[in-house]
Amino acid sequence: MSGIPHDHYEPSSGFGKWMHKRLPVIGLAYDTLMVPTPKNLNWWWIWGIVLAFCLALQIVTGIILAMHYTPHVDMAFASVEHIMRDVNGGPMLRYVHANGASMFFVAVYVHIFRGLFYGSYKAPREVTWIIGMLIYLMMMGTGFMGYVLPWGQMSFWGATVITGLFGAIPLIGEPIQTLLLGGPAVDNATLNRFFSLHYLLPFVIAALVALHIWAFHHTGNNNPTGVEVRRGSKEEAEKDTLPFWPYFVIKDLVGLGMVLIAFFAIVGFMPNFLGHPDNYIEANPLATPAHIVPEWYFLPFYAILRAFTADVWAVQFASFITGGIVDAKFFGVLAMFGAIAVMALAPWTDTSSVRSGAYRPAFKWWFRLLLIDFVVLMWVGARDTNFPHDWISLIGATYWFAYFLVVLPLLGLFEKPQTPPASIEEDFKAHYPGAAE
Amino acid sequence: MIKKLTATALLAPVLAFGLTAGAAQASGSEGHIEDIAFSFEGPFGTYDKEQLRRGLKVYTEVCSACHGLRYVPLRTLSDAGGPEYTEDEVRAYAAENFSVYDEELEDDRPARPSDHFPHITSAGAPDLSLMAKARAGFHGPAGTGLNQLFRGIGGAEYIANFLTGFTGEESEVAGNILNENHVFPGGWTKMTPQLEDGTVEFDDGHANDAHHLAEDVAAFLMWTAEPKMMARQQTGFVAVLLLVVLTSLLYLTNKKLWAPHKGKKTEL
Repeated sequence: MSGIPHDHYEPSSGFGKWMHKRLPVIGLAYDTLMVPTPKNLNWWWIWGIVLAFCLALQIVTGIILAMHYTPHVDMAFASVEHIMRDVNGGPMLRYVHANGASMFFVAVYVHIFRGLFYGSYKAPREVTWIIGMLIYLMMMGTGFMGYVLPWGQMSFWGATVITGLFGAIPLIGEPIQTLLLGGPAVDNATLNRFFSLHYLLPFVIAALVALHIWAFHHTGNNNPTGVEVRRGSKEEAEKDTLPFWPYFVIKDLVGLGMVLIAFFAIVGFMPNFLGHPDNYIEANPLATPAHIVPEWYFLPFYAILRAFTADVWAVQFASFITGGIVDAKFFGVLAMFGAIAVMALAPWTDTSSVRSGAYRPAFKWWFRLLLIDFVVLMWVGARDTNFPHDWISLIGATYWFAYFLVVLPLLGLFEKPQTPPASIEEDFKAHYPGAAE
Repeated sequence: MIKKLTATALLAPVLAFGLTAGAAQASGSEGHIEDIAFSFEGPFGTYDKEQLRRGLKVYTEVCSACHGLRYVPLRTLSDAGGPEYTEDEVRAYAAENFSVYDEELEDDRPARPSDHFPHITSAGAPDLSLMAKARAGFHGPAGTGLNQLFRGIGGAEYIANFLTGFTGEESEVAGNILNENHVFPGGWTKMTPQLEDGTVEFDDGHANDAHHLAEDVAAFLMWTAEPKMMARQQTGFVAVLLLVVLTSLLYLTNKKLWAPHKGKKTEL
């Protein structure tokens, strides 16, 4: 591994030397653990570890739950109750897994917005960013399919609505929808393939996480100043960095511990707060719930999906120039996926020469507005679509796109950024005047 | 500076999350639900054994005519944290009140503790095993779901309020007699009013007006929906406590570890 110059693993024992010639796996572990890390990282940088923990937690609890769960329309709901009543530690396993998904999404949203503020997506970290976006998409797919498995009313009707979105795509939409469902409607075939894919995708995520980590170990971490680690020599690099172990491992574990305190308080004392009561009613294809609401972590994008109705001029315009191929429904689907696509494009739409938002006075305000926008969209995504919710979601969705496609490109041209410190060492010493060499 | 950052870094997502998370449940058009101070509410709440027993009696004598509890094994009536009957009492209760179809005998036989409560669907009445978790009593404000943080989700409150929420008005829709209930979404339900003062008598002479009966059976149904609640809260409490200790130790370790690099002296 290239990257920032640092000491590499030197085998000392006889076995170590023997192994290192044949399979340098100890060296790989050593270099990964001892990677030079900018010493000025703040607490917004702990969420990567939280995410890695979430993935491991979901896989371990999920594997055990799968031992007791039955993926069949007649037995799935009852098998979840079997877990809740007959399996040792079953309620804890299920509640940890269900709320673990929420912790996972809290962590991924903070992680993404940290990257957006400090410009972590900018060159040379575009590939890390794109892989991250792929992980996020896979997480959404996994979370969605996992929510279908208990076979409650929201499971069934959520699956019906979301797979229906694919049906909105012209020509290929309906075959795709049929392929997803394994038939004309949500049924046993759907439940079976969702269970299979829900078990598969986390391992694909794990592989992507390995690439994600490899990529940023190669480029080096970004940091709050956005200034790169000096890498002219090992001595120079050491002024800007400290090894990941033990300095950042221990620090990240402090953060993880605090997150887990909140997590276990929720699991222990209010495990159903984040769920929907309707999912304790067994799926019934003949009774539609009064309100079909996705899980909280999908709400911002669900709001964007619903924002573009047939009376929005942009939708009418798109419909006109495509000869009706892009109708309101398809436009909504394009907008929802587009909302994530524009995030992935941020490395190229952001034209600013300064990486970190900390030195961009105008950017800070637009970024704060984006955060508020995200929360407002999340709120309005759970509301009905009557006035004023329709207008709020339309304005919110418009700002989301405008931020990435208009604000980021223009800010780079018109904003007068402040000057970041010359080096990470300088920044660190400004915080800690007594810092030794 | 770092301390401030730490606080915001960790608190901001929690706040943003809390503000919007409950939004998912924010829907429904039910009438006003009276908050009831159930013994099982709050992080240290426990089921009241006597109340569960009274609720079971109400269920057995009234509700079970139409509603099943198909997911609840009869044996759990002797579980710790539940009604805590002895195994003999459960055996007698099962045999006395329910019979099940036995595939080996090819005939009905009296229920045993190893059976579940029967799957009763008379008159299309819904199963009650999970009813207390399948309804929300509290919503809002403004779709945020924050009320549930303070008052609980309110499934048991919904049931108790529903049972006493009939106005006595009737109407006929497409051959069905509907009864007006100000708690039921839409206001009209096929269920007829069941609980009146004195509908069920208790051996110990406990108050048996309609409100008390409704509360008792609502508490019992909370137990059937979440029988392992007390064990879960205990586990959660121990987990939080241990994590507080672990995190404090990690925090101190981290402080000492970084001190020389930040040019600080530590007393540790």
